[in-house]
Amino acid sequence: MEKLSFRLSAPKRAGGTRTQAIVGVVASGNLEVLLERASPADTCTIDIATAANGFGAVWDAVVRDFVARRSAGGLRISINDGGARPDTVALRLAQGVRKIEEPER
Amino acid sequence: MTLDDILTSLFPNGRSIETSGAMIAGRAVLPDGGSIHVLGLTQGEPLGLDEAIVLAGRVIQIVKSGDRAPILVLVDSASQRMTKRDELLGLSEYLSHLAKALLLAEAEGHRTVGLLYGGSAAGAFIATALATGTLVALPGAHPAVMDLPSMARVTKLPIDVLTAKAEATPVFAPGLDNMVMSGGIHIVWDDAAPLAPQLAALLRLPHGRDDRGRLGAERGGRRKAADLAERVEHAAASHQAA
Amino acid sequence: MTAVTANDVSLSWYEASARQRIDALVDAGSFCEFIGPELREISPHLSIFDLPAQFDDGIVIGRGRLDGASVLVAAQEGRFMGGAFGEVHGAKLTGLLRAARTLKQDVVILFDSGGVRLQEANAGELAIAEIMRAVIEARRARVNVVGLIGGRAGCYGGGSLIAGTCSRLIISEQGRLSVSGPEVIETNKGIEEFDSRDRALVWRTMGGKHRYLIGGADAFVEDEALAFRQAAIAALGAKRGCNAAALEAEQKRLERRLQRFGEVEDAIEIWQTLGIDDPTDVPALPTGAFLRAANDRENADDAR
Repeated sequence: MEKLSFRLSAPKRAGGTRTQAIVGVVASGNLEVLLERASPADTCTIDIATAANGFGAVWDAVVRDFVARRSAGGLRISINDGGARPDTVALRLAQGVRKIEEPER
Repeated sequence: MTLDDILTSLFPNGRSIETSGAMIAGRAVLPDGGSIHVLGLTQGEPLGLDEAIVLAGRVIQIVKSGDRAPILVLVDSASQRMTKRDELLGLSEYLSHLAKALLLAEAEGHRTVGLLYGGSAAGAFIATALATGTLVALPGAHPAVMDLPSMARVTKLPIDVLTAKAEATPVFAPGLDNMVMSGGIHIVWDDAAPLAPQLAALLRLPHGRDDRGRLGAERGGRRKAADLAERVEHAAASHQAA
Repeated sequence: MTAVTANDVSLSWYEASARQRIDALVDAGSFCEFIGPELREISPHLSIFDLPAQFDDGIVIGRGRLDGASVLVAAQEGRFMGGAFGEVHGAKLTGLLRAARTLKQDVVILFDSGGVRLQEANAGELAIAEIMRAVIEARRARVNVVGLIGGRAGCYGGGSLIAGTCSRLIISEQGRLSVSGPEVIETNKGIEEFDSRDRALVWRTMGGKHRYLIGGADAFVEDEALAFRQAAIAALGAKRGCNAAALEAEQKRLERRLQRFGEVEDAIEIWQTLGIDDPTDVPALPTGAFLRAANDRENADDAR
């Protein structure tokens, strides 16, 4: 297992009012993403626990791209990863942001 | 100790116990003159549906008799029987039925005590020993969920790696000490001393609540289970009020 | 009076995640989770094996409404560690069932499990025993505990024993209910005893249609969340305790099954004995036709 942490300045603040959202599952080639509104509005923190060691540079690229393009400001994101490919990670992160922005019922 | 040694040491005042295949059933006399029902799965055999239905039938008859006498369940078994026939006919229902019969007996006022004196594993262990109100063991008993070689196959870890990990935690490896630390076994009796007084002492203890989680926490083998179950209960009660 | 928001989401139960199943099962938007993922109550044991944890340890528990009635719900996630029972996973269900007894509230368990999690086998095994006891104690307090079986991981090992303590079981064709899994039987007894790669054999020996036909499950439904929802609402309609009469009836029922089918070699023979005209067609029958063909099945009624 490898643990990675990122604290990035986020250009766009996450919308909606939900306090948290969770997407995905921890399985081979998959991951779960927990999003909480627990960072300053211009910041996104991402903590990753991954079963695949030695992919720090790939994670760095994926999360920087995510924070630059999506509205991730104010979010504390926690990831448990079962060895997902970068495209799966990007998909789950996007799903997570969409979910936390969903209107509450 | 052989089964006969155990029964003699448990019941010096007399017993009438019949053997049928790997199963035993009968009654014995306690030191105070009271009666106790005795059931057992012996000889290290697997527990299949044919055995489970007979044992469950006995327990239900005992409950219907209304005598509220204690029930002692002796266990030396393998795991559940692993055959196509057992699964085709719904083994899970038969094993659950036996466990339910034992749980019913306790709820209807029979003190139920399991005595693990040999092996037991997986579904057989759950349906017999672990369905009694209090489970005790004799030294040398060897409960298991799965043996280490099979576990190595399933987890895809080398056996020596698994063995090394087993030294560090009681949570997964087979064995009596680990099951005691996890809270599954209340006490290991002293087999150098007569068993009758040890049984009598156990029967005097209060019972009725499932204290295996608490024992596991106190003994360090299962630190989270009891606390977490309690927190869930509280969460359910407080959300209810909200 | 609480307004009931009917749930009309179409969803394959087999394909769905635990959270999707709960959302589609209960009245829309009514679910409230206990000990949610934000509390990070993860397994303390998986790291020993260098395995990743999941924030809910593979089980989602809480309360929702079913057709307006408040129920406690637990859903296993079969894709995480095969939905297997570990210390945390098990304790969440134990606590929920104990709450059910105290609060006199019915429980629905969405099974999806390969059994005990081997990396924490002792804790998992004891969790199974504690859960079975908690189910019976809840049922004796006149609480219904309904099990739903139709997930990817099936309902195996200790999960199948817990299912056997429920007051009602609802199963789909994809639901498999069995103690030993196909691979376990083959590994222990050889391929002559059970060929785990023969999928047709697996389905007709352990699958939902067979279990429904022999009385191992009470309701058979399509692989569809709405069908599970409707069957769960119906199953919760009648109060069923767990007393000597119920277990005596179950004893008779299971004895009868052994007398009737104890010498049979294959499920097809059982289905034939149950009066099904073309027993070899059973696996291919759609739900409606299957239910008609199953008219003379063995029935568990209150013998459970």
